[in-house]
Amino acid sequence: MKIKLTFWKIVFLVIMALGLYSTVIRYFYGLGAVSNMTDQFPWGLWIGFDCLCGVMLAAGGFCIVGAVYLFNVERLHSVVRPAVLTAFLGYLLFIVGLLFDLGRPWYIWHQMIYMNPHSVMFEVGMCVMAYTTVLFFEFLPNVLERLHLHAPIKWIRRVYPVLIVLGILLSTLHQSSLGSLYLIMPSKLHPFWYTPALPFLFFGSAIAVGLAMTIFESTQSAKAFGRHLELPVLVELGGALLVALWVNALLRFEDYFHRGMLGQIVKPSYEAYFLWLELALAFVIPITMLSFKKVRLSPQGLYLASIFTVLGFITNRLNIALTGFETYVGHHYVPKWTEFSVTLMIIAMGFALFGVAVKYLPIYPEEKHAVEPRLRSELGPVAVTPVLGHAGD
Amino acid sequence: MSKALLYDATMCIGCKQCEGACAQQNKLPYDDKVAAESVQSEHKYTVVLTRDDKFMRRLCMHCEHPACASVCPVGAFHKTAEGPVVYDVWKCIGCRYCMVACAFNQPKYEWQSLNPRVRKCIMCPDRVLAGKPTACAEICPTGATKFGERDDLIKEAQDRIRQSPSTYLPRIYGLNEVGGTSVLILSSVNVEDYGYPASARVGTTPMPEYTGRVMERIPDFIPVWTLVLGGIYWVSHRREEVAEAEAAEKNGSARSEGTNSGATKSGGTK
Repeated sequence: MKIKLTFWKIVFLVIMALGLYSTVIRYFYGLGAVSNMTDQFPWGLWIGFDCLCGVMLAAGGFCIVGAVYLFNVERLHSVVRPAVLTAFLGYLLFIVGLLFDLGRPWYIWHQMIYMNPHSVMFEVGMCVMAYTTVLFFEFLPNVLERLHLHAPIKWIRRVYPVLIVLGILLSTLHQSSLGSLYLIMPSKLHPFWYTPALPFLFFGSAIAVGLAMTIFESTQSAKAFGRHLELPVLVELGGALLVALWVNALLRFEDYFHRGMLGQIVKPSYEAYFLWLELALAFVIPITMLSFKKVRLSPQGLYLASIFTVLGFITNRLNIALTGFETYVGHHYVPKWTEFSVTLMIIAMGFALFGVAVKYLPIYPEEKHAVEPRLRSELGPVAVTPVLGHAGD
Repeated sequence: MSKALLYDATMCIGCKQCEGACAQQNKLPYDDKVAAESVQSEHKYTVVLTRDDKFMRRLCMHCEHPACASVCPVGAFHKTAEGPVVYDVWKCIGCRYCMVACAFNQPKYEWQSLNPRVRKCIMCPDRVLAGKPTACAEICPTGATKFGERDDLIKEAQDRIRQSPSTYLPRIYGLNEVGGTSVLILSSVNVEDYGYPASARVGTTPMPEYTGRVMERIPDFIPVWTLVLGGIYWVSHRREEVAEAEAAEKNGSARSEGTNSGATKSGGTK
């Protein structure tokens, strides 16, 4: 097999090489050598991006599964598999990120025996662990189908309603609890971002980003794998995204209004600049764009709007994790290049694994769409579980 | 029955013997170089700060309701009945949530270590359990750091303020801050000028309550939300089954006409 070096493959290899270098530094010289984290800034880029943003970016899984299986939005069938794949990879990579960030990752299993039910972190940990397991079973039929193992698919199919409900329950809990992590720092986190509403805001942003990420990855996959772009699906998601953004914007406004912050957020300050950036990217630009029907019906428009949304909420979470502490601490935290390189490596791994999965697994079983209606009628009630509906036929 | 430390900054002469005794007790290096360091760190649990010839000691406050203990996912911290907030290194996984959660920024980290530990003053729990004062209190030549029952020390602090109101600011720092701490501070200067968080800023609410308000809802939330989600699932799929049955019926009657529009559901156009 001849391997052709394209531009992106070279970029990938460079990122992986730098990431591996940083990995060696991390595990042979410690957190102090690899990062700019200090006693004043004990949580840096890895918590801010890999964990807070990583879990948010993987929210598409539960959003789409919820829409399709709970609310019967059948038009979204075709994105269930890629969304579940993204979520599964996202959580696996979140755990990889955690292994870098934890000071004593070899004791991560302590979580399961020394439980502290008062700890938000404990709850997040348990939920993430359980949800990753759920995602594994939601993802497994892809592999089984590929291996022509039909019997286990039937077993999973039988418990599928349980997996769906459990997955959404666990997602609701830990997506919002990521915000609750910060509730214990009222004296530290800047009031632009500290609010008792944090768990609600985190859950809301997870849904918006979940939808945006699904648009993004559908378009991206269409480009990368030469797939036919299903515009009606994107249009459906774009409409839902607009609603989700409005709900999020309303929540943010209500929060600032009730805490009497509206006067302060318009006054220029270091934090205000970052807040404006966040609000512009997450709300002003995508909401304005999606308000035009022309944009909502165009693949490029939807693609751009989803990118702005994702960048906006990433800015939001980085503001909460990093910017919001700078005034309290009294100095800036800028991640070391090795911190960036680990994060980049994890993102690159995500893209690569997604590509591999699409190549070898029936993530986009397009050929079958043509025969699907008939196939479904033959399968009867099973057809309501499309991930499995295709399975083994 | 809980023990505490009363630090009276007006009695402190800045001799730093508490620093040395602390280092010795915890088997930490202590020499002139460490003595000159004016910040707490993983090798310096307590520090005597100097500002305008006034001294101020910093150390873990040993909160009555410690944030570090409540946030730790593996329960590596806990408040003992005697007062000290202690740390079990074996349990620790190194998430550093204790460090971000502590309102007094007391937990420090061994950033250079390959198996790092969280380090902070643990109020000599072995000595306290044996009925002895902490190392710092024992060595203090002026009695600026005094060990005793928390209730007694509060009374004593109040007496000192009452007897010489011109010497002291009229407050005991740690009496009510974050719901009370086992380290109490009397001073003629603002402790805030030495890095302590302002009383108004940390408030009097025990820190664990901020997250507790949400966490205590979870046991109720889980069954309710499960029922809601399960209910939605059931309703939407029940509707589908009915639609399918109806369609099958119609399909049955229409079969003679040779159509096959049967089981595609209402929204299921592809």
